Amino acid sequence: MIIEIGHYALVLALAIATILSIVPVIGARRGDQATMEIAPFGSVLLFALVAFSFAALTYAHVVSDFSVKNVWENSHSLVPLVYKYSGVWGNHEGSMMLWLLVLSLFSALVAVFGRNLPDTLKANVLAVQAWISFAFILFILLTSNPFIRLDPAPPEGRDLNPLLQDFGLAIHPPLLYLGYVGFSICFSFAVAALMEGRIDAALARWVRPWTLAAWIFLTLGIAMGSYWAYYELGWGGWWFWDPVENASFMPWLAGTALLHSALVMEKREALKIWTVLLAILTFSLSLLGTFLVRSGVLTSVHAFASDPSRGVFILCILLIFIGGALSLFAFRAPRLSAGGLFAPVSREGALVLNNLILTVACGTVLTGTLYPLLLETLTGDKISVGAPFFNMTFGLLMIPLLVAAPFGPLLAWKRGDLFGVLQRLYVAAGLAFVAALAIFYAEYGGPMLSLLGLAAGLFLVFGAAADLWHRSGLGKVDAHVAWRRLKGLPRSAFGTALAHAGLGITVLGIVAVSTFATEHIIEMKPGQTTDVGGYVVRFDGMQPATGPNYREDRGHFSIRRGGFEVADVWSAKRVYVAQQMPTTEAGIQTFGLSQLYVSLGDPTKDGGIVVRIWWKPFILCIWGGALIMAAGGVVSLSDRRLRVGAPSRKAKATKPAAPVMEAAE
Amino acid sequence: MIKRFLLAVVLILAAAPAFAVNPDEVLSDPSLEARARALSAKLRCMVCQNQSIDDSNADLAKDLRLLVRERITEGDTDKQVLNYIVSRYGEFVLLKPPFNVRTLLLWGAPALLILAGGVSLIIFVRKRAGQPTGSKLTADEQARLVELSLD
Repeated sequence: MIIEIGHYALVLALAIATILSIVPVIGARRGDQATMEIAPFGSVLLFALVAFSFAALTYAHVVSDFSVKNVWENSHSLVPLVYKYSGVWGNHEGSMMLWLLVLSLFSALVAVFGRNLPDTLKANVLAVQAWISFAFILFILLTSNPFIRLDPAPPEGRDLNPLLQDFGLAIHPPLLYLGYVGFSICFSFAVAALMEGRIDAALARWVRPWTLAAWIFLTLGIAMGSYWAYYELGWGGWWFWDPVENASFMPWLAGTALLHSALVMEKREALKIWTVLLAILTFSLSLLGTFLVRSGVLTSVHAFASDPSRGVFILCILLIFIGGALSLFAFRAPRLSAGGLFAPVSREGALVLNNLILTVACGTVLTGTLYPLLLETLTGDKISVGAPFFNMTFGLLMIPLLVAAPFGPLLAWKRGDLFGVLQRLYVAAGLAFVAALAIFYAEYGGPMLSLLGLAAGLFLVFGAAADLWHRSGLGKVDAHVAWRRLKGLPRSAFGTALAHAGLGITVLGIVAVSTFATEHIIEMKPGQTTDVGGYVVRFDGMQPATGPNYREDRGHFSIRRGGFEVADVWSAKRVYVAQQMPTTEAGIQTFGLSQLYVSLGDPTKDGGIVVRIWWKPFILCIWGGALIMAAGGVVSLSDRRLRVGAPSRKAKATKPAAPVMEAAE
Repeated sequence: MIKRFLLAVVLILAAAPAFAVNPDEVLSDPSLEARARALSAKLRCMVCQNQSIDDSNADLAKDLRLLVRERITEGDTDKQVLNYIVSRYGEFVLLKPPFNVRTLLLWGAPALLILAGGVSLIIFVRKRAGQPTGSKLTADEQARLVELSLD
């Protein structure tokens, strides 16, 4: 019964979304307060209905109601409880429900926290959100309905894909979707602004925090997914340039660009038209990602859906929204006024360079991801575009970006002094180079390019520190004055420094692992030892074990250094009983920032087993850097000017120094 | 000879699922093995999704890895090995597509995008010079401005 009510709630939500799509727009056109007020109320109601519907589906999964087809296909009575919850979104239908839940949550948040937004803008934004909700509810109801019943009900489910029975994958999709779908707010604001034909300060102050929030989640989601692939897939890779990964990486690149251009729009009223376009493009890439993953157009580990009717439906959503928004942009952009002027060498100029490189990098990834599909559709020729292509093109593009990033925050707005900034950064650059040489020497060298990569990563870290150093005036004024100044700096300054340093740490990890990692592929018998990364790894033997829904053969390894046992790891080969699917559970031991990674192969005839052991130096920097980037985002989000919120148009009319007027002088 | 060898390999492997690069595949000469590994990373496992044969544990990937090693031990250069594999499996096998007419737009994309971005930036800046800036005032704000200037 709960399932049917959940189903019904979703149908009701469709009705609400229909009303919300139309009525507030009319209200905003006519300036009718009462009609516009439907928008916030309706958005909250829509969220409540979708949340109920989602809860009903979750309930079916948790109690293992196999009369529901979605539960039968993707669950099993023996699956641990936490994976019964995460199993809700571990399949096509459920993940679309999660998408919708996050979307309606964001609409509701705008409705609740947007009290001080101009009424027409709020009504239009919520209406655009409702268009997206409408499209996705229709998609779920028509092609991916999770509430279909089976009669008679099967006694047992077909199990959740064992690869997904993992904590990392339990939280990866929600994080990713909070990011993906979070960009819908920026999209809706951009479209609403185009509908109104004007970009005002309220918009500028709203877009940045939302972009920032979405960006934080997307950063965490991608990092989580990468770490999951690293420990779960069993061959120690952490990024594969798989089309599905690219699908989440492209919105991240565009979102990062948006974050920086929104900054210019907020502070200097410049780059407004470009920011609006970028907001549209960023969410378009999220939609494209959803299409690529959900339509089954690429078949890979992640794409567990392959039904052409779904693909065509999402493609239509994609074309209508992207096409519609871009046409609106083409019509309205000439009417929008451009913002403040600036010299090429200025903070604005640096942010334009950032946007140029990030957009080109994003376009390159997009081309590489879609090219094989398009070429095959058009000519029938099959080509592969894999890691070597992306590493080369994307890598080359990143070099100028990494080198330029520390300069940005140190340049002044409007007109900057490049020589002055160089004087402030040469210490950081020198330190970075010396530290890179030290690491290089300690790890016994490698290709010269990696030395430069290390230096670039460290330059970002030291450059971020130099930024804070000079802002506080350390070394020039008394220590306590500098401390007071440092405390007085806006939180966004710390956010920027943290995020840039985090990026540097990620780069450091990437370069170190690609250059200094060692691999050992050997046959081991119990008692045998091997040297890896300065540690002695001893294979002690195998033993069988059973878990709630799997059997495994696990090997025990003790790790010694200088004659003392410092750690031990278990590495297992697992078979999930319901689907008879084998997986490898790698044994991972962390030493500082580095890891020892032990993965089991096949047993040999003479009683040994094939073992692959990797030494991955500084690998934790890759994800640690991403965490620091996200932390930078959080710090920046807590900045005072964002907490205060955007002023409403009414409030502005009574304050003489409103930003809109200032810019018009 | 190769075919018989491959057949033997396939038969051996049919019994148990293989594992990416097994110890028995590794060449005794470390420099040749390093070349084999580097080449393997550039070749696609055709039954997998965007995975190189170096990473894949599919049987076909193992066959290809052995083939690469066999060509290397027979004295082929890297280029000859790749050409040989492409002649047998087509360009699909290359993870880094060769530069030719069909991939012109793919390889040209970064340069074209930078060019397009740069040119539109220059046009924009030229067009912008001398134009008024800032957003237009609404009627309310205009009225308020008049009101203020009267004070």
